[in-house]
Amino acid sequence: MPAGVVTASYIVASILFILSLGGLSHQESARRGNVYGIIGMAIAILATITSDQVSGLGLIVPMMIVGATAGFIVAARVQMTAMPQLVAMLHSFVGLAAVLVGFANYMDPSLHFEGTEKTIHEIEIYLGVFIGAITFTGSVIAFGKLQAVIKSAPLMLPARHWLNLAAGLACIWLGTAFVGAESIGAGLLPLIIMTLIAFAFGVHMVMAIGGADMPVVISMLNSYSGWAAAATGFMLSNDLLIVTGALVGSSGAILSYIMCRAMNRRFLAVIMGGFGTEGGTAVATTGEAGEVTAVSAEETAELLSNAKEVVIVPGYGMAVAHAQHVVSELTQKLRSAGVTVRYGIHPVAGRMPGHMNVLLAEAKVPYDIVLEMDEINDDFPKTDVTMVVGANDIVNPSAQEDPNSPIAGMPVLEVWKAGNAVVLKRSMATGYAGVDNPLFYRENTRMLFGDAKDSIEAVVKALG
Amino acid sequence: MKIGVPKEIHDAEHRVATTPDVAKQLIKLGFSVTVESGAGAAAKFSDDAYREAGAEIIADTRELWAQSDIVLKVRAPEDHPALGIPETELLREGGTLISFIWPAQNPALMDSLVARQATVLAMDSVPRISRAQKMDALSSMANIAGYRAVVEAAHHFGRFFTGQITAAGKVPPAKVLIIGAGVAGLAAIGAAGSMGAIVRAFDTRPEVKEQVESMDAEFLELKYEEEGGGEGGYAKEMSKEFIEAEMALFREQAKDVDIIITTALIPGKPAPKLILADMVESMRDGSVIVDLAAEQGGNCELTEPGQVVTQHGVTIIGHTDLPSRLPTQSSQLYATNLRHLLTDLTPEKDGNINVNMEDEAIRGATVIKEGEVTWPPPPPKLSMQAPKATPAPQAATGPLVEGKKSSPWVNLAFMATGIIAMLALGSVAPAAFMSHFIVFVLAIFIGYQVIWAVTPALHTPLMSVTNAISGIIVIGALLQISAPRGIVVFLAAVSVLIATVNVAGGFLVTQRMLKMFRK
Repeated sequence: MPAGVVTASYIVASILFILSLGGLSHQESARRGNVYGIIGMAIAILATITSDQVSGLGLIVPMMIVGATAGFIVAARVQMTAMPQLVAMLHSFVGLAAVLVGFANYMDPSLHFEGTEKTIHEIEIYLGVFIGAITFTGSVIAFGKLQAVIKSAPLMLPARHWLNLAAGLACIWLGTAFVGAESIGAGLLPLIIMTLIAFAFGVHMVMAIGGADMPVVISMLNSYSGWAAAATGFMLSNDLLIVTGALVGSSGAILSYIMCRAMNRRFLAVIMGGFGTEGGTAVATTGEAGEVTAVSAEETAELLSNAKEVVIVPGYGMAVAHAQHVVSELTQKLRSAGVTVRYGIHPVAGRMPGHMNVLLAEAKVPYDIVLEMDEINDDFPKTDVTMVVGANDIVNPSAQEDPNSPIAGMPVLEVWKAGNAVVLKRSMATGYAGVDNPLFYRENTRMLFGDAKDSIEAVVKALG
Repeated sequence: MKIGVPKEIHDAEHRVATTPDVAKQLIKLGFSVTVESGAGAAAKFSDDAYREAGAEIIADTRELWAQSDIVLKVRAPEDHPALGIPETELLREGGTLISFIWPAQNPALMDSLVARQATVLAMDSVPRISRAQKMDALSSMANIAGYRAVVEAAHHFGRFFTGQITAAGKVPPAKVLIIGAGVAGLAAIGAAGSMGAIVRAFDTRPEVKEQVESMDAEFLELKYEEEGGGEGGYAKEMSKEFIEAEMALFREQAKDVDIIITTALIPGKPAPKLILADMVESMRDGSVIVDLAAEQGGNCELTEPGQVVTQHGVTIIGHTDLPSRLPTQSSQLYATNLRHLLTDLTPEKDGNINVNMEDEAIRGATVIKEGEVTWPPPPPKLSMQAPKATPAPQAATGPLVEGKKSSPWVNLAFMATGIIAMLALGSVAPAAFMSHFIVFVLAIFIGYQVIWAVTPALHTPLMSVTNAISGIIVIGALLQISAPRGIVVFLAAVSVLIATVNVAGGFLVTQRMLKMFRK
C-alpha cells in the first residue's frame, strides 16, 4: 500500500477514535461509538501491516491471533465487579509495550539521525520508556491492590518524598548520560538503569496510595498510558499514535481531575499518598458518641414499602458483597409496588470512575433512574427513605458541618436530609478516611447490620 | 422479671400499654408478659392475639398487679371504679410503674407512690434529647392528636377541604390556621395539607419556620422581635407587647379562615388564651375550632374541656382524648415508646431492669426511685435549638479545590510563559518535530472537548475504550517487527502480542458493558 493511502487511513482512524469517545456522551450512542473505535483500529492495523515499511507477516499473524484470543477470553470472562482490576491490567500492557517499543526503536540499526534531530529522538525514546515503565509497574501494583493480592492500606516508607526526589534526579542525570552517549551500546546502560528506577518508582508511587483513592490512581494510569503512546508516536514520527495518545492522555487527566474534585483533594496530595497522616490528630474521632438505632430486615422492608420516594446510594461495599443483583431485585419489587426508586451515585463511589453505574447496569437497573450526585442532591429533602449500601465517607455529613474534619469540603450525598436513612453496614468501623460518621447517630438514621447481600435478600423476602 | 399490663380504667380511655407485637419483643428481652383480659379490646387487640404472641392473660385485676414486678400503663394511676381502691394500692410494695404521671400536677399521687416504696418512670418526663426521641411518648401522642384534630374538624365542617371545580359549581378550598407548630401542629399541618386545604401556621419560635414551609404551609410572621424558644425545646411565655402583636394577627386571621387548630402549651402553666370571644364571633358561621390545649384550660376562651360546643355559629371542639380516639395507632406507638425505654433499661437483655441514673434519658424519666422522689431532674444538657450555635452548613463547607480563582494577571502570565516556551522550542527543534507537535497539541484540545461531554455514568466504559485504543501502540511495534536485528524483532513481537491483548480485550469488554446499559 502506498504511503499516501496509509496516511489517509491514519486520518480516518483518528477521526473514528474521536467519534468513538464522542459517542460515550450518551448511553444510546455509546455502542455505536465503540463500533467506530473497532473499525478505526482495524483500519489502522490493516494499513500498517500492508504498508511498504512492514514485512514479516509470518510472525505478525500468529502473535496477533494469540494476543487477540487471550484478550477475548479475559474480556468475556471478567466479572463486572472485577472491572477495575481488568482495566489496571490492560494499562500495564500499554506501559510494557511502550517500554519494549522504546528499546526496540533505540536498538534498531536501520534508523539514523543527526544533530538536533538525534537529540530530540533520544529524548523521545527516553521519555517514552520512562512513562511506560511507571505505567507498567504502577498498574501491576494497582491490579494487585484491587485483586486484594497486595494490602490496600497505603505503604508509608520513611522519607518517601526524598526517595522519590532522589529517583527523579537520578533519572535526569542518567538522561544526560543517555543522550550524550557515543554509541548505542554506551547509551543502553543508562537506559536500562533508568528503566529499573522507573519501575521501582511506579511500584512505590502506587503502594503509597490507599484503596479508596484508587479511582484517581486508575484514571491517572489511564492518562499515563496515553502519554506513553504519544511519546512512542513522537519517537516513530507517527501522527496516529500521537493523536490517539493525546486523546487517551487528556481523557485520563480529566477523569483524575473529576475524581479529585469529588474528594475535594489536590491531585498532588493523592499522588503523594497517605490520607490525613500529616495532621496527626486530625483523624481522631470528633467524640460525638451517640446511640445508633438498629433495625431488622422486616422493619426496613416496612419502611421501604411505606415510602413514596426511595433513593439508594451504593458504595464499594455493594461491589465487595456482590449485592448489585439483589439490589436490583429490591428495586423491581418496590417499583412494581408503586414506589419511586432512584439511585444516587457519588463520583468516587467504588474503585474506578463509573464503577457503580456498570454494576447497576449489569444487574439490569435502568440507567435513567441512576443519577449523578449533582442531579439528586437537591431531591433528598423530598425523599422518604434513603438506603445506603456499603458507602461511608461519601455520605458523611461532617464534610459539610465540621470544618475541622479531614474530609471537610468534600462534596457528599446529603442522605440525612431524607425522612429516614437506612444504612447497611457490616459493623461500626470507620470508612476509608478513618473519620467517624455522625450520620449513623442521627435520629432519622436506622442501621441494618450485616453483609449487604444477605441483608437485602432478607428485606426482599420480607417484602413478600 | 414479670411485666403486667392492666386494662385502662379512665373513662373513655381506649388505649392499652402494650400490643401483641410489642409483647413479643418484650419477651425476647427476657421478660414475661401478663395482660389483663380485655385490656386491648378497645384498641382492637384481642386476648387471643396476646396469647399468640406469648403473653399470659389474667382476668383478675388484683392478681395481675400483685404478681407484676413492672406495671405498664397509659394513664396515671387513679381510683379503680370496680374495686373501689386506688390503683396505687394495687401496686406491689417496691414495684416499678411506667406510665404517664404528670408529677407537677399530681403531688398526691406522687406521695402515695412514695409510700409504696415504688420506682416510677414517667413517660411525660422523658427528656427531649435526640437520643431519647424513640421513647418520647408525648411526641408520638401529639402526632396522633394533631392528625385526629384535623379529622375531627373535617367531621364538623360542612364543606370540602380541597378546592374543586365541578359541573355543579366551584368549591373554594378550606383555609386552616394552625397555632403552635410543635409535633401536634406539624402533624395537623400535614394532615390538613394532604386533604387539600390552604394551611397557615403560627409559632412563637422562628426556628420552626423552615419546618412549616417544608410542608408547603405558609408561616405567618409578626413584625415584632422576640425569641420564643425556652429550655428543652418548649415554648416559653412571651412579653406583653409580643402578645398584643400576636392577638392582632389572630384577630385578622379569624375573619379569613374556616378552621383554627390551636396547640399552644407552656409546660407547667395553664394554656395561654389566644382566641378570645370576639374573635370567635368574627368567624364565619360553620367555622370550626379544635382546641388541643383543652385539658390545660384551652387556648380558646370559649372552649369547654371534653365537650363540643357551638358558640356564635362556630363549633368549638374541646376533646381531651384525641389520641385515645385513634386507639390502635396510639397504642402501637405508645407501646413502642415503652419498649424502647425498656430496651434501654435492660442492657443485658436478661429480663432484669437496671435504673441507671447515669443515663440521661433514664434519669429524666425516673421521678421516684425506690421510694425517693428524684423529680425534677437536672435540666437537659442539649436543647433542640442547639444547632443555632453552629454555623450554617453552607458556611461551613471547606474551601473547594476549584474555589480558588486566580487573578487574570496570573493567567496572562501563564499564557505568556507558555507562548515564550513554545517559541523557544520552535527555534531549536526541527520542522518535522514541530509539525508533530502541532498535531499533539490539537489532539489534546480535541480530547479535552470530547471527554468533558462524556456522561459520568459511562466513565468505566470510557476507561476501557481508551484502554483499547491506546493499544494503538501495536502500530509502533508493527513498524519495527521487520527490522534487521534479532533482538529488535523479538521485542517488537512481544509488544505486538500484548498490545493486541489490549485492543481485543478492551473493545470486547466495552461492548459487553455497553450492552448492559438499558432503560
